[in-house]
Amino acid sequence: MTSSRTVYRRGRPILEGLRYRGREGMFAWLLHRATGVGIVLFLLVHIFDIFLIGFGPDVFNKLLFLYKAWWARILEVFLLFGVLFHALNGARIIVQDFWPRLWRYERQLIWAEMAIFIPIFLWGAYVFLQPLFR
Amino acid sequence: MRYVFRIQRFNPETDKAPYYKEYEVELEPTDRVLDGLNQIKWNIDGTLTYRRSCAHGVCGSDAMRINGTNALACKVLVRDVGPKVTIEPILGLPVIRDLVVDMDPFFEQYRSISPFLINDEPPPHGRERLQSIEERERYDDTTKCILCAACTTSCPSFWANENYVGPAAIVNAHRFIFDSRDRGAARRLEVLNSRTGVWRCHTIYNCTVACPREIQVTKAIGEVKQAILYRQST
Repeated sequence: MTSSRTVYRRGRPILEGLRYRGREGMFAWLLHRATGVGIVLFLLVHIFDIFLIGFGPDVFNKLLFLYKAWWARILEVFLLFGVLFHALNGARIIVQDFWPRLWRYERQLIWAEMAIFIPIFLWGAYVFLQPLFR
Repeated sequence: MRYVFRIQRFNPETDKAPYYKEYEVELEPTDRVLDGLNQIKWNIDGTLTYRRSCAHGVCGSDAMRINGTNALACKVLVRDVGPKVTIEPILGLPVIRDLVVDMDPFFEQYRSISPFLINDEPPPHGRERLQSIEERERYDDTTKCILCAACTTSCPSFWANENYVGPAAIVNAHRFIFDSRDRGAARRLEVLNSRTGVWRCHTIYNCTVACPREIQVTKAIGEVKQAILYRQST
C-alpha cells in the first residue's frame, strides 16, 4: 500500500473515539482529563485573586464577596469533585503503573476508588452547601 | 433469525466522507459477524469491502469496531451483539475503503522496535540457545500477538497522536526484551523511552479488553515502563 492512494483521514479521531465503548478505565481516563482541565482553569482564577493582594488588603477583601455568593459555593462543589477525583484516580494509576500484576483487578480498583470518593465528596458537598439552606 | 447490519461505507472514488448503510440478513444466532458480512458481500452487495483471511481468529486481518468495540469479526457471535449490529473500521488509521484501513503506519511502529531476536554471540557449544521453563514463561503471554491492531486502535493516546508507538509494538518489544536469549533490550528500550514511547500510555486498559488473544497488554506495557525506570536508576 502506498501513502499516495486516496484515503479517508478522520479530522479528529479523538472525537470519534468518544463513541468507543470502553469500560471503567476509559471513563476514569476521560474524567481524569476533564477534571485536570477544570483544575487548571480554577488555578488561573485563584492565581489572579491572590495576585490582587499586591494592591492592598482592601482590594482583596472587597473581592471576597465572590466566594460568599451562592453560585460560588456550587462551583466549590465542582472544584471538590475535580480535585478529589483527580487525586484519587491519579493515585490509582500510580499504584497500577508500579504493580502491573494488579491488571487483573483494574475494575475492582476503580470501584474501590469510588468507594473512597463518593462518601468524602458527599460529605464535603454537604459542608459547602449547608449555609445556603440556613 | 433476522439481523440488521449497519455498516460504515466509504468509496474513495465516489464519496467525500463515510456514510452508513443498513442490510438485513438471515443468520443463526451461533453464526459469527463475519458470516453476516460474507452473506451481504456474496448475496446482497458485492461492493462491500473488508479484509478477512483465515476466518478463525489466527491471521488477525478482520479487526473492526463491532457495536463500538474493537474485535475480530470471525470471533464474535451475532447472538452476543444483538439483532442490530453497527460495524465500523478500526479508529486512528486512514480508511482506504469501507472497513479496510491502511495498516502501513501500524506496521511502521511495529518495525521501529526491532521485532526479531538480536544476539551476535555464538550459541554455546555451537548449538542451540537453551532456555529454562521459567525463562520461556517470562514472555509467553506476549508471544500470542497476531498483529490485528485491535489494541493499538482502541487506545485514546494513539487516536490523539498517530506517532505513538502503540500497544501492539510495545507488546512485541516485551516479547524480546524479556527473552533471556536476546541482547537487544537496550536498543528497544531507547525507542520506547522516547516522546512517542511507552510514557504515552495512561493505563486506560482499552487495549487489554480489545485483545482477541487475551494478552495482558496493559500489564506488558507496565513491565516495559518498569524495565526503563529500573535500568535508568542502576
